[in-house]
Amino acid sequence: MNILVALKQVPNLTDDLEINSEGTDLNHDALQYVLNEWDEQALEEAVLTKEAAGGTVTVIGVDTTGELNEALFTALAKGADKAIKITGDYPRGTDSHTQAKLLAEAIKDLSPDLVFAGVQAADDRDGQIAPMLAAHLGLPYVGVVTGVTVKDGKAVVHKEYAGGMMAEFEVSLPAVIGVQAAHQPPRYAPVSKIRQIAKTVKVEEIAGGEAPGSGSTVRRMFKPESAGHAEMWEGGPEEVAEKIVALIREKGLLNR
Amino acid sequence: MAVGLDKVRPENIKEEKSLVVEGMDISGHWNRMFEQRVIWDYDFDALEKVAALPGGESLMWCYGCAKCTAVCPVDIVGDYSPRKIHRKTQLGIDLFTSPDLWLCTTCMNCLRVCPKEVNMIKIMPAVREQAVLAGTAVPPELQKAFEDTAKHGNPLGQPQRKRADWVKKAGVPVPIMKDLKRPVDILWYVGSYPSYHPRGIDAACAAARIFNALGIDFGILGVEEKDDGDSQRLAGEKGLFEMLAEYNIATFNKYEFNRMVVTGPHELNAFKNEYPKYGGNFTVLHYTTFLVEYLDRLRPMLKKPLNLKVTFHDPCYLGRHNGEYEAPRELLRAIPGVELVEMGRCRENGYCCGGGGGGMWLDSFTKEYTKMRLSERRVREAVEYGADVLAVCCPFEVSRFEDAAKSTGNDKLLVRDILELLDESMRG
Repeated sequence: MNILVALKQVPNLTDDLEINSEGTDLNHDALQYVLNEWDEQALEEAVLTKEAAGGTVTVIGVDTTGELNEALFTALAKGADKAIKITGDYPRGTDSHTQAKLLAEAIKDLSPDLVFAGVQAADDRDGQIAPMLAAHLGLPYVGVVTGVTVKDGKAVVHKEYAGGMMAEFEVSLPAVIGVQAAHQPPRYAPVSKIRQIAKTVKVEEIAGGEAPGSGSTVRRMFKPESAGHAEMWEGGPEEVAEKIVALIREKGLLNR
Repeated sequence: MAVGLDKVRPENIKEEKSLVVEGMDISGHWNRMFEQRVIWDYDFDALEKVAALPGGESLMWCYGCAKCTAVCPVDIVGDYSPRKIHRKTQLGIDLFTSPDLWLCTTCMNCLRVCPKEVNMIKIMPAVREQAVLAGTAVPPELQKAFEDTAKHGNPLGQPQRKRADWVKKAGVPVPIMKDLKRPVDILWYVGSYPSYHPRGIDAACAAARIFNALGIDFGILGVEEKDDGDSQRLAGEKGLFEMLAEYNIATFNKYEFNRMVVTGPHELNAFKNEYPKYGGNFTVLHYTTFLVEYLDRLRPMLKKPLNLKVTFHDPCYLGRHNGEYEAPRELLRAIPGVELVEMGRCRENGYCCGGGGGGMWLDSFTKEYTKMRLSERRVREAVEYGADVLAVCCPFEVSRFEDAAKSTGNDKLLVRDILELLDESMRG
């Protein structure tokens, strides 16, 4: 089984986010980049699939930071077998449309059986890379997936819906899967191992083509403003319980 | 295999009724012949696997005298010592996957007494590194500390950008090197626990006030500071340590200062003994050693008598690892109204709080294999000696001992960093 995982780096949300002087984008140069957390889930699910069904895992990403190797080496330390980097003049914050196109061009020659990607990312949050990748490759797509089992040339995938609903799909391969969560928490890659790999493994490089762009422009970016404040209720359990009941009554929720 | 109390099984004893050897009659029990001792039947693979690692060689040197067992702090609350590790490994038990691997706190009391210099401070990290690389049997709580250190630069999992938030609580100026833009006399490396842990912050604030009162020209690194990584190294994550060492050395080199002062003994050990191996050469002092230089100026500032019976816990990495026993005691004796009492296990034979060598992040795991926590044993000892206060000077210890005082029902015992006691007396 030839498994591919598409990776991308996003700003580290534990940093303070800054908006650039034009007010149209994040000040990317001031930010630290880390692997998108849903991609970490996708990678884990890919490695688990490999462990269960055999095969190889190849990780691939567009280098928008000049530091993609870090994420690729970590993926190799966690159990990926091969790493590919798409290089070119792609700045930090390159949109999802461009990344999906570049990934599709590189992946189409690799004849994958399964392509995993995070279902969304913390930067543009449009959740488009995986479905667009499927569209470019002409493959079926299932998103918001929380578990994959491969059997007889097909994949059985668990998909999550709002309100706690779950569904099970059978997908013919090859297919693209947008991962919400792996069925186990992502494993830890010892830094010792990552550093060992960084010294010995060479990342394959593919020159990427032109960036098509997303067709949309950001006119203005705002920092979130806090609207209102939480009211803290003090007192004993009885007292607070009474206040809760009174509030529910006041909001008309008890009359239904 | 287990011979138990009978050293040789009766069926293995042969006795010839009459026997003459080289003209000498040795009939009767004189000629008892023993079969080969079972030691020759052992499979040495498990032991050789450890000894083959760089750093693991000395486990082979053990001749089983058990001096280490008498002083091992873990054996006092459990069933573990270097001699026992050697014996078990000799019997074929694989240390790489044994729970024993995570019980050593690298306190170094065994090495102090070992006539063969079996060095657990090198053996344990070497074997642990292999376990960490294999990704098997690493206790989850330890793994979380590794992850947090790798991601956030501190094992508490707190955001890097909040590393200097504590300075707002100090009530005195705490200059940050990046803003200061000039050389300083003292670069104060605050450390992770004094930067983030609520009780650690108390000690950091006390230090800031003392440094200000003494007119010391100092600066801190603020959000540029990251964990020293030494305990993670001893717990087996050498790569993480190297990554942090490279980062910290580059950061220290950005600024001009005469000497570095650290709040914690683990940082002292890292910067003094380990960072030079990575090209970082700095003059570094633990705060107790540093403040003793200022004792003549400090003494008149200590106005308020505390009227307390104080005992002192020697941190393993200040005492045994780095030879400083006097400075903390001199500071304590300088405080008016402090009666210093020594516990039985003190100085070179000081007990261990259980926090070293990764133990700080293995509490739940270790609890499964010990009768009580090491910190709980130590708190009981402090109470046995009638102390009101257990004084410490390692940032791991305040929270460990305070928790232990509560869990053993000794709430009355106060746990204070020496910095806090100095500050209290100074503030009057």
